[in-house]
Amino acid sequence: MRQITVISGKGGTGKTVITASFAVLARGKVMADCDVDASDLHLLLHPRIKETHQFKGGMKAILNEERCTGCGECIEACRFDAIREEKGQGSESQGTVIIDPIACEGCQVCALVCPFDAIRMEENVSGEWYISESKYGPIVHAKLGIAEENSGKLVSAVRKNAREIGQKNGLELVIVDGPPGIGCPVIASITGVDLVVIVTEPTFSAISDLKRVLGLTQHFQIQSVVLINKCDINLENTKKIENFCGEENIEVVGKLPFDNAFTQAMVQGKTIIEYGGSGLVEEIENLWERISTKLRK
Amino acid sequence: MIISIASGKGGTGKTTVATNLALFLSGEKSQDVRFLDCDVEEPNAHIFLKPQIEKSRSVSLPIPDVDQKRCTFCGECARVCAYNAIVVLKKEVLTFPELCHGCGGCSLLCPENAISEKKRGIGVLEEGKAGLIKFVQARLNIGEPMATPVIRAVKKTIRGDVITIIDVPPGTSCPVIESISRSDFCLLVTEPTPFGLHDLKLAVELLEKLEIKHGVLINRAGIGDDKVRDYCEKEGVPIMAQIPYDREISVLYSRGIPMWSIGEPYREVFRQLWELIESQVNVDR
Repeated sequence: MRQITVISGKGGTGKTVITASFAVLARGKVMADCDVDASDLHLLLHPRIKETHQFKGGMKAILNEERCTGCGECIEACRFDAIREEKGQGSESQGTVIIDPIACEGCQVCALVCPFDAIRMEENVSGEWYISESKYGPIVHAKLGIAEENSGKLVSAVRKNAREIGQKNGLELVIVDGPPGIGCPVIASITGVDLVVIVTEPTFSAISDLKRVLGLTQHFQIQSVVLINKCDINLENTKKIENFCGEENIEVVGKLPFDNAFTQAMVQGKTIIEYGGSGLVEEIENLWERISTKLRK
Repeated sequence: MIISIASGKGGTGKTTVATNLALFLSGEKSQDVRFLDCDVEEPNAHIFLKPQIEKSRSVSLPIPDVDQKRCTFCGECARVCAYNAIVVLKKEVLTFPELCHGCGGCSLLCPENAISEKKRGIGVLEEGKAGLIKFVQARLNIGEPMATPVIRAVKKTIRGDVITIIDVPPGTSCPVIESISRSDFCLLVTEPTPFGLHDLKLAVELLEKLEIKHGVLINRAGIGDDKVRDYCEKEGVPIMAQIPYDREISVLYSRGIPMWSIGEPYREVFRQLWELIESQVNVDR
């Protein structure tokens, strides 16, 4: 089984729209939406959820107020400013210790240093992940809980389950829609894949982000290709990207024009392949053909 | 006053709005402004503000340094580490720096006092000036997973006396929370499309949970549908401004030129936006 991840560094370059087109065109595949903080693939592929699973992504400190004497050892030991003391009313009354669950990193140091055994660590449900069925095959996706962390681990859970479904059903390919950036969820989305497609656009911002994200795929020694979206917004910058990729020995696997059809298709909840229009479909079909040939090698 | 500019979805125009707002406050209102680029994974505000960088320093995390001579291989450090960043073998202790969150548990709790801490660089912080704007940005080192400690370092440069504008990374998880925490107001930049709306809803939920006042700026108005507007009206989320789609803005953006330099009608957008932000900040919830 082969795995391909679509990322971009910069957000909003068209990752998800492109991934959804690949989902329509590819045969024998399972999709994994790894942009778990803002997943949008389902808005185009309309999966029906078959299974919902809780995701336990870490620990949180919980205070037992009856045992707490307000000694402050935990406040001293916490490096994440997650524990504070709220002063009581009047000079005689005792303050109360408050643990901020959002700032808590789950390191358990507070629980270990507390002389009164007043803090325990509890496994934290930080999101859900789903196994769904769409017209174009199975899709594994997730929703990180509001203000929760550990999105890298949730990404790994999504990918692991997508691979398992692929293996069980004898599928050839996992298509991963990755998150923006270069940090932990991105690293979790690309490690061990056969090919990364980096979607960029000819703007100074996107070029700067492309260089950093390409640095990341090179760091992990993952084969990558570049797709220039909205290439006619600035032809001079498109040329710059092509030259840069030439120097770095990275293939520019395709260029797509700016076209309002992408937005119109999205408004109708359709992939661009289903929506059709103005030669774009053929261009994307050719693009996918080149990428899938590369994947088969 | 701390104003953060965020969005669930990437590429909606956060950096555009943040940099232009800073240019307006500094250039037209003669306000002292500090600009923080908290998108340490992909910082881009420098492209538009073109700051002169005056200072640069490494951002580091404290990681364990085990004195193998003192160590009795008791395994306590591995037991207390919540991140599996330290493993104790029969005659050796292995550390995995990229898993370490720098909580200090192992060095604090080692019964033999065999663990001290050393610094591991995970990013670079830069400070400078863009005209009269005080500018701060940081870059996460490539290959490093944890953006949050680097963002925390950027936020430590905040001083109370001036207006602080924060350019926030996309998404809704830990780097975003670190970036927007303690803001007096958070402006959510979105676009009128299904993706824009879906990710806006997540961002609004986050801000409600964090109890931070917020409003919406609709960018590229006219490209999609009216559902963002309908949602805001129904949920009582104030629409602070809208910027129509204009290919000229995109073309200038592609060359790193802020729309402020086009002049009107865009300058007026930021004048009115600021008036609304000020009135929202001063309203008690």
